[in-house]
Amino acid sequence: MTESMIHAGMQTGQVPDAMGRFGPYGGRYVPETLVAALDQLETEYRSAVEDSLFRATLDELLRDFVGRPSPLYHAKRLSQHGGGAQIWLKREDLNHTGAHKINNTLGQALLTLRMGKSRVIAETGAGQHGVATATACAHFGLSCVVYMGEEDVRRQAPNVFNMKLMGAEVRPVTTGSRTLRDAINEAMRDWMSSVESTHYILGSVVGPHPFPMIVRDFQAVIGREARQQCLARLGRLPDAVVACVGGGSNAAGMFSAFIADGQVELVGVEAGGRSQQPGDHSASLSYGSPGVLHGSFSYVMQDEDGQTGQVHSLSAGLDYPGVGPEHSFWKDAGRVQYQPCSDAAALEAFDLVARSEGILSALETAHALAHAIQLAASRPKDQIILVCLSGRGDKDAAEIARLRQAAT
Amino acid sequence: MPFITAGDPDLDFTADVLKQLDACGCPLCELGIPYSDPIADGPVIQASYTRALERKTHLADIFEMTRRIAPTLAMPIVSMVSYAIVFRRGIASFVAEARAAGIAGAIVPDLPVEEAGPMAQICKQEDFGLIQLVAPTTPRERAIRIARSSTGFLYYVSVAGITGERTRLPADLAENVAWLRSRTSLPICIGFGISQPEHVRQLAPVADGLIVGSAIVRRIARADQEPRDRVLADVTDYVRGLLDALKS
Repeated sequence: MTESMIHAGMQTGQVPDAMGRFGPYGGRYVPETLVAALDQLETEYRSAVEDSLFRATLDELLRDFVGRPSPLYHAKRLSQHGGGAQIWLKREDLNHTGAHKINNTLGQALLTLRMGKSRVIAETGAGQHGVATATACAHFGLSCVVYMGEEDVRRQAPNVFNMKLMGAEVRPVTTGSRTLRDAINEAMRDWMSSVESTHYILGSVVGPHPFPMIVRDFQAVIGREARQQCLARLGRLPDAVVACVGGGSNAAGMFSAFIADGQVELVGVEAGGRSQQPGDHSASLSYGSPGVLHGSFSYVMQDEDGQTGQVHSLSAGLDYPGVGPEHSFWKDAGRVQYQPCSDAAALEAFDLVARSEGILSALETAHALAHAIQLAASRPKDQIILVCLSGRGDKDAAEIARLRQAAT
Repeated sequence: MPFITAGDPDLDFTADVLKQLDACGCPLCELGIPYSDPIADGPVIQASYTRALERKTHLADIFEMTRRIAPTLAMPIVSMVSYAIVFRRGIASFVAEARAAGIAGAIVPDLPVEEAGPMAQICKQEDFGLIQLVAPTTPRERAIRIARSSTGFLYYVSVAGITGERTRLPADLAENVAWLRSRTSLPICIGFGISQPEHVRQLAPVADGLIVGSAIVRRIARADQEPRDRVLADVTDYVRGLLDALKS
């Protein structure tokens, strides 16, 4: 914790460029009304990361309020079960509010204060970002409105309740697919009218520049800690690093520390859903094509006219037709491999990790675990596979029970 | 200048509305290409896009309709289209197809001036208008830069917000447009929120055109349930009322 947490994040490779481009991806495809606010955000962010007081304030919050550094944990029984490589878990589930999302919301809430804004809006899918935003706003006394698809309000009810307890207003979104994508649309529309007084705390590495850069930098603490912990505990880097990818913020934060370590294999796991058919999954890197969604150029599920495609995942946090532009860049560069994992395989991994380790993982994270378990089984025992355990699964318990009942 | 959504409730009716608007003497019509994720649009236009997409209105069908209708109209048609759709088609293909279909230009609301370079170049070569937008949040120096790269006219967004009818417009609107007028020779058209004859009377002295969308789209939405002749007559009456206010 001697090194400042965000400053190092700024050094992750050479991207994005001044136009917010990760190779060809990223950019800023938004209505003119929002451009001034994005410029202001970028200026404020760049001055904040040079400000030692800002960095010290955030570092202290991450330590005393969030509980960082999060542990690196050897999942011995899970590793034995596969009989292959050793699985180590970066325990972001042990953060305050139960997921990695808080790393970003505290950083952006501090930026909100610096910009002199008093109101915050956010979108949420699984509700983890909504809870983390409500938490940061309660901590700083900011007013908070969270947009959440009606379908997600239903399947992630415990998080809705938690947000309200902390004083946030949750606005169910009833347009379109009533999931994360529509929640982002509504948050953007709110921001169009409120941009002078309101900051939009976007929860993933998606959206217009500078959001993909800022969110990655605030999440880079995950990878930075994990890399140091591996070196300190194991005396070497892991052989592979696995993380789930919806918008891709926990993966971007984790991978950014290992991008320069060419020998470390990086694997992003997308929601493969029910099948490979369009509409049955949310795996935009695996099955989509480059296009524009929510202000950014990146891989997206779309039809031949450029209309955004319907997607599915049993996990609300991965149920999104786009992905962060830096992931598209890493995919095309061949630096990160992206793999789909089915609903069924994720549920199976959720069970296995619950019973063998006593850890209820979020359904989002279960996709990464499923792939890691499979990968570990095919590798020798002396190899090390690091998984970002991005969130805990309490929020999913009721939904899993409902799915089980429906299946019997 | 009316805005209507292509394919709401179907393209045949859109063609009828275009003919009627032309007969009323509208100087130009904006034709909204339905898009699945329109973040600058309020509930009325969003719903019209959803209806059009549910009827499987494809870009090729829209172009086919305008190719038939545009030569019969005195007013030019300008498309309002998301960059997601333009990019997917390929900028050059989109512009060539739109132009061949009798469309005079495009307003691309999610393509700010920094990102507009490649499309602006192609539009210039093809003599196809690329109308850019200035918002109340746009700093003045930036507004001048946008005015320099816009062609056809300049779209001044009246309020910081999404499309939709408003009872009152910002007090400094006329003043801001007058300032912009002193810095550009392009025609300036004002849109977002305008719906009442009173707005038209108030803004006519400072603008070269006033764009009315949601108030018309809301009337057209009834074509799903009501006789189409009646809806067409209602739209005509409403538009004539605004045009009269323009002359008064």
